[in-house]
Amino acid sequence: MALKLSDYKTDVHNDWCPGCGDFGILNAIQMALADMQVPPYKATIFSGIGCSGKTPHFIKTYGIHTLHGRVLPFAQGAKLANPDLEMIAVGGDGDGLGIGAGHFVSAGRRNVDMVYIIFNNAVYGLTKGQASPTLKLGMKTKSLPQPNVNNSVNPIALALVAGFTFLARGYSYDVRHLKDLIMKAVAHKGLAFIDVLQPCPTYNDINTKEWFQGLDNVDPETHKAMPRMYKLEETGYDGVVHDPSEINQKMAQVIEKSNEWGGKIPIGIFYQNEHVPTYQERIAARIPDYMENAPAVQQIADNKGKTITSIDRLLSDLRVDK
Amino acid sequence: MEKTTTNSLSWVIGGAQGSGVDSAANIFSRACAAGGLHVFGKREYYSNIKGEHSYFTVRVSDRPVHSHVNEINVLASFDAETIFRHFEDVTPGGAIIYDSDVANTLLSEVPTVDDHAAARIKKTLEKAGLGLTVQDALGHAKRRGVVLFQIPFFQLLQEFAQKANDPALSKLTRMVNVMALSTSMAIMDFDNEVLARAIQFIFRAKKKVADLNVSASAHVYIYAKAKFAGSNFAYRLKARPTEKDMIIVQGNQSSALGKMVAGCRFQAYYPITPASDDSEFLEANEILDLNDSGKKGSTVVIQTEDEIAAIAMAIGSALTGARSATATSGPGFSLMAEALGWAGINEVPVVISLYQRAGPATGLPTRHEQGDLNFAVNAGHGEFPRIVLASGDIEESFYDTIKVFNLADRYQMPVIHMLDKAIANSVTTCRNFDPGKVGIDRGSMVRQITDKDKGVAGNYLRFKLSDNPISPRVVLGTKDAIFWNTGDEHTEEGHISEDPELRVQMMDKRMNKLELALKEIPDEDKAVAHGSSDIAIVSWGSTKGAVLDAMEKLAGDGTKVKFIQVKLMSPFPSELVRSMLNGVKTMIDIEMNYTGQLGSLVRQHVGREADYQIVKYNGRPMSLDEVYNAVKRIIGGDAPRRQVLKSGA
Ligand SMILES: Cc1ncc(C[n+]2csc(CCOP(=O)(O)OP(=O)(O)O)c2C)c(N)n1
Ligand code: SF4
Ligand SMILES: [Mg+2]
Repeated sequence: MALKLSDYKTDVHNDWCPGCGDFGILNAIQMALADMQVPPYKATIFSGIGCSGKTPHFIKTYGIHTLHGRVLPFAQGAKLANPDLEMIAVGGDGDGLGIGAGHFVSAGRRNVDMVYIIFNNAVYGLTKGQASPTLKLGMKTKSLPQPNVNNSVNPIALALVAGFTFLARGYSYDVRHLKDLIMKAVAHKGLAFIDVLQPCPTYNDINTKEWFQGLDNVDPETHKAMPRMYKLEETGYDGVVHDPSEINQKMAQVIEKSNEWGGKIPIGIFYQNEHVPTYQERIAARIPDYMENAPAVQQIADNKGKTITSIDRLLSDLRVDK
Repeated sequence: MEKTTTNSLSWVIGGAQGSGVDSAANIFSRACAAGGLHVFGKREYYSNIKGEHSYFTVRVSDRPVHSHVNEINVLASFDAETIFRHFEDVTPGGAIIYDSDVANTLLSEVPTVDDHAAARIKKTLEKAGLGLTVQDALGHAKRRGVVLFQIPFFQLLQEFAQKANDPALSKLTRMVNVMALSTSMAIMDFDNEVLARAIQFIFRAKKKVADLNVSASAHVYIYAKAKFAGSNFAYRLKARPTEKDMIIVQGNQSSALGKMVAGCRFQAYYPITPASDDSEFLEANEILDLNDSGKKGSTVVIQTEDEIAAIAMAIGSALTGARSATATSGPGFSLMAEALGWAGINEVPVVISLYQRAGPATGLPTRHEQGDLNFAVNAGHGEFPRIVLASGDIEESFYDTIKVFNLADRYQMPVIHMLDKAIANSVTTCRNFDPGKVGIDRGSMVRQITDKDKGVAGNYLRFKLSDNPISPRVVLGTKDAIFWNTGDEHTEEGHISEDPELRVQMMDKRMNKLELALKEIPDEDKAVAHGSSDIAIVSWGSTKGAVLDAMEKLAGDGTKVKFIQVKLMSPFPSELVRSMLNGVKTMIDIEMNYTGQLGSLVRQHVGREADYQIVKYNGRPMSLDEVYNAVKRIIGGDAPRRQVLKSGA
């Protein structure tokens, strides 16, 4: 029997603020899981701490709500112990790019085959709206006592140089587009990153839904709002590295595109490179049966509870009469 | 000629870090072990890669030995610094082997002798009316009856190169370590054949290097035999048939071997002395043999970006059902505190091998201390259950490692396995490890759930409240058994809840597991009483060796003491320790830290204050003699309540 969207929903009360962009991301994840018909028990959603961190509790798959900033190491550990399972890590921009920035960069170097989604609202939602690492310099949201004194990090460019092999940006109110991105990220062989622009109506009164949709940016001729977002794929942009020789050029265009902000904001796939071996493949190069006999599924004892591991070879090296 | 002492001595080799001190000591230890003797060796080194002074002490005996002594009977050196650092410790009748080329080196010409050490050495030499050269230090030793053996290492290397018809060899100064060692074997009349085999073994990965070292060693051996034929040096090492089933093992291998046997298949770590060796040994042997099957097992070892990631990855892996661990030392463990609590509240079995070294902060990064007991017992904010188990020596650490994985699975909580630098960097002969001795107990881990694990809605309840505080645990990927984890307080399913009543129930559930653990864990894993007397030493961890050896020496004087070795630190086995202290009139707390951390645990849980405290925190492990002397002083009735031990270079 086919799995329905409702099969991925829990009945846990959702306490996000009304109008929070997180709802769109949650829906997109559930829709993607349903579209891909992932058996709920085969998937685990990991999260960090923040408003975004509550996401797993609303999704009926395994859900592991970890610590602030540590979602990637938790998820990578699980994925590497059981590469058979689908692991999706989610978290806030503060979580992933502030306190967890070290893990973010290191995850790129590993390229573990999984997906990481950042709910990018430019604020620390759950702690009442302090500036997050993606808030632009000089911005003063209503929650800030003073304008932001830090420059912002460019999540896509950072992910690129760190080594992520799939880079995309979505918008939380374009749920279908985001769902497609998530499905492509899951299908991608390697570590996929999706930066999701997520309005926080409660604390971020600058990058609001209205702002993203360009209500302040009216076409003088048509008198229609001009949305800031545009889709890369509709401009003929191709982020896929078809041949390793294209890598430098494809990387350069990511930097350029991901720096666009203000009037025009690109969403879609910035980069995809499947020529980099995944971490699983790197382990399998040393441990030939790793994919079938990963740590989680290895038998370690017989049915009487006796170890089946033999260290005789190593012990014989230690024997004094050797 | 003095009375000959056979097969009981303390041998030291020293030299600049990176000059082969370790290899020479490993060869020496293995040669003695292969010669049927018991050894206990320990390595001392600076936090440095090349140039600073390092040395290796090996005690050899025809009976089991568990500790080092302050005295040196044979000092093998090939540089000036080793003489300056250790000449005072060489006993009358003992030997110093030294390089003729360094005899005129001035103390001030050795830049790695720091000001503090230089001042101490200067004081000693000046007091004896001597100058400040190696020759003077040697003269000081000679006056006290030490026998000097001068070896022209460079000249011997040249001769050796000529003999081998390969002038390039004369530049192989790397071989002087083996040459110094070989000289010591020659003057002790040790079997050259056994020595040659040990050299072959240590360099077995590089046949050419092995052969070369064997020849160089033989060249020096013959030279020394001839040159020192008439010497009145009285220490002998005589090989004898080996006992059955003995191994010679290093403390940085034993716990890793235990992990393999325990079925630990995932370890994440961030490099730190003295814990990295554990992970590197696992990685070097990542493919595992399995009994009676052509199949292989394997361990995934991951070097992470920091210790936070290391423990987080280990927890993530543990959630999938793999037995998982991390290995670290104090600074790394400090970073793990928050995740430790997460594993506690989510009831995840994860093992942390905590190889203590001297703190705080970076402290003395390569030196020994047992300063992290309080921290291991209390690390993390809030209250959550954990098990802390401390091993006393290399052999114990192998079996304890299997046990800590069982405890983690059985009680579904983080287990901190306490080891330390003294264990990690020592080598010992002991009975061969028996991998079948400790079984594998995965507790209530299930691969399939039954109706009784479900709630009324037919959903699996990971944290089901029942009479049993331990709930059946499934792993990620189990059909029909979805659950949630969160660092927040949670419902039986694992969803966030701030309900006051549920909070109490969940806290009780988790903490009750400790009561259960205390009931079920066998006494011998809680605390061990060695001997009986109304004078009792209470101690823990690697001081065990020195305490046992001191007890034996005290027994030789007709004084019996009891030794209570506490192993389980959390939950604390109050009843058992109290009963062991029953009838004890004098309680002596011995530990390698400033405050007496075990002493305070005993006071907290048993309500008894130690009558005496013997502590040490200079970064060097306790020696047999200093423990013996300190206890002797207490028995003699003229000891202060607190004695601070200070031996060690
Ligand atoms: C170690 C630690 N420090 C601080 C906090 C407090 N804290 C909770 S959520 C949060 C920030 C959340 O911001 P973000 O990651 O952007 O998530 P959002 O709420 O915006 O989704 C902080 C700092 C914490 N939980 N843990
Ligand atoms: S504070 Fe912002 S991010 Fe958090 S739930 Fe409310 S709207 Fe959403
Ligand atoms: Mg945020």
